[in-house]
Amino acid sequence: MRLLRKNLVVIAGLLTLAYMILPNVVVMVFSFNDPAGRFNYAWREFSTDAWRDPCGVADLCGSLALSLQIAAWATLGATALGTMIAFALVRYRFRARGAINSLIFLPMAMPEVVMAASLLTLFLNMGVELGFWTVLIAHIMFCLSFVVTAVKARVMSMDPRLEEAARDLYAGPVQTFLRVTLPIAAPGIAAGALLAFALSFDDFIITNFNAGSTVTFPMFVWGSAQRGTPVQINVIGTAMFVIAVLVVVAGQVAAGRRKRTDVS
Amino acid sequence: MTDSTNTGGDVRLSGISKTYGSFTAVHPLDLTIPQGSFFALLGASGCGKTTTLRMIAGLEDPTTGTVHLGDKDVTDLPPYKRPVNTVFQSYALFPHLDIFENIAFGLRRRGIKSVKKQVGDMLDLVQLGDKAGHKPHQLSGGQQQRVAVARALINHPQVLLLDEPLGALDLKLRRQMQLELKRIQTEVGITFVHVTHDQEEAMTMADTVAVMNGGRVEQLGAPADLYENPRTTFVANFLGTSNLIEAEVVETGTDVTVTAGGGKLRLPADRCGADTRPGGKLLVGIRPEKITLAHADDAGAIADGRNRVTGRIVDTSFIGVSTQYVVDSPAGTALQVYEQNIERDSRLAPGAEVVLHWNPAHTFGLDAAQSMLAGTVSDAGVETVEDAA
Repeated sequence: MRLLRKNLVVIAGLLTLAYMILPNVVVMVFSFNDPAGRFNYAWREFSTDAWRDPCGVADLCGSLALSLQIAAWATLGATALGTMIAFALVRYRFRARGAINSLIFLPMAMPEVVMAASLLTLFLNMGVELGFWTVLIAHIMFCLSFVVTAVKARVMSMDPRLEEAARDLYAGPVQTFLRVTLPIAAPGIAAGALLAFALSFDDFIITNFNAGSTVTFPMFVWGSAQRGTPVQINVIGTAMFVIAVLVVVAGQVAAGRRKRTDVS
Repeated sequence: MTDSTNTGGDVRLSGISKTYGSFTAVHPLDLTIPQGSFFALLGASGCGKTTTLRMIAGLEDPTTGTVHLGDKDVTDLPPYKRPVNTVFQSYALFPHLDIFENIAFGLRRRGIKSVKKQVGDMLDLVQLGDKAGHKPHQLSGGQQQRVAVARALINHPQVLLLDEPLGALDLKLRRQMQLELKRIQTEVGITFVHVTHDQEEAMTMADTVAVMNGGRVEQLGAPADLYENPRTTFVANFLGTSNLIEAEVVETGTDVTVTAGGGKLRLPADRCGADTRPGGKLLVGIRPEKITLAHADDAGAIADGRNRVTGRIVDTSFIGVSTQYVVDSPAGTALQVYEQNIERDSRLAPGAEVVLHWNPAHTFGLDAAQSMLAGTVSDAGVETVEDAA
């Protein structure tokens, strides 16, 4: 009993972790399945067939490539714009600053399906052809709020005196930004960019409304789920998960090593 | 250190002022800071001293007036084009760069490639040779402060500006760094302009102190001169402690005779900062340490010709090297007296009748048309508001 009381926090933590990881484990395990029919819902036997041929399903890798491409451009666009908005909101006092500060959260608060339908209406009325560009524009739009929020938090905690110090030490405006402002804001910008990438990559609702005949990876998964779920979907999912974990671990190790060399 | 006729590197502020909307931070101000001097701008928070410093650095545009460095008008130059460097309050070290790169920053921005030797020399000057690879957050406050000084000095600026550089350090370290900065200044011979709210710090370090109040320079001079001859009640109270007694002029000559609380006091006419006509009002000032305290029973032993005030002790506090007495008298209440603890008279306890006496030459006179409380702790909140400046 006392043991339980002492380790309550640890136990609660482990349970929560298990709750969060379990779906990922299922995805992983079923990527090694050899299903009986077209649906990968029941375990039959271990197989690495899908791993050896991830692009074996028609259109799967094409949709994946498209999703990665859109995610990359959306991340770039949203991060660049969002960073500038965040700096403007924190550093400058201008008319409508308060309004922009609250309006920037609107895409986060609006039900996604409503926004998706409204965007479609907008694009149709403007006579824009649906496809890659409409998806990209929509993604940049809803990623912006998240980037602004992440970068703003960082910029707000930055001491403006650091930039004054740089200017005092012979750095012109460009040098000050590149040598001081940007490196210090970098963790916030990186966080915003990662968030934007993840959101864009797995967005379904808005993309589905505005993609026209273009098919992204989430749309492909949804579409194929009507007719059957190829194991390759689990393979892609697992691969994405592993890559993400590896990136995080590599980052941690690098940071840890830097800290150690600092101290010595 | 520098030929006094050589004004090639003086900092000259002419009619410089700064207003923010309807608030005037600095009233039009003329100030010349001689080359090679250690100059302090002293005042409570919000007196305009930091704004003045920032206008010299170029971080703040003056509303009116000009800033000259030597013969060069730098008023419209941005900070990165001025041969001036700043040690910021809370140091503003770049957190993402190590100590070496922090110090090398200014040299690199000016396109100097081989910085290693200069940075090494500078690290030695501030005694941080073994910390080159550390990040700022791994250093103690005192070490960070020295890095901030090194980072500015390595550029050999014409003027080094220090904005409350010791404000974040504890008292003991602050005393140590005061001597350290003074040593560095003597060694490099660069003009230092130091902003502080700590009067003791200003007096310890600076050759010349400008006392600022409400966006104006109240008085400017050598520390001893300011302390001995304050011209306003603000300076008298802000620099150390002063007893100010309201008095009426009776007679003028080389000495001025006044009456206060029924007794007569004398003071030298040339130490009167105000008009002295018989019948006029005057504030008579005397520093607490200049006063000798005698028990009323010993009043007969006091030499003739000394100023005397009789009173009663209301409070004493023992602080090691001295004892501080608070005395109420007909001439004024809550007079402060500091006595060295050499031979302590056990009769000098609260309630005792005493005579305060001092050499008339140590007395100064101030214009009675100003607040007696200007510059005191209760007036300015000097001790409590440290970081707001």
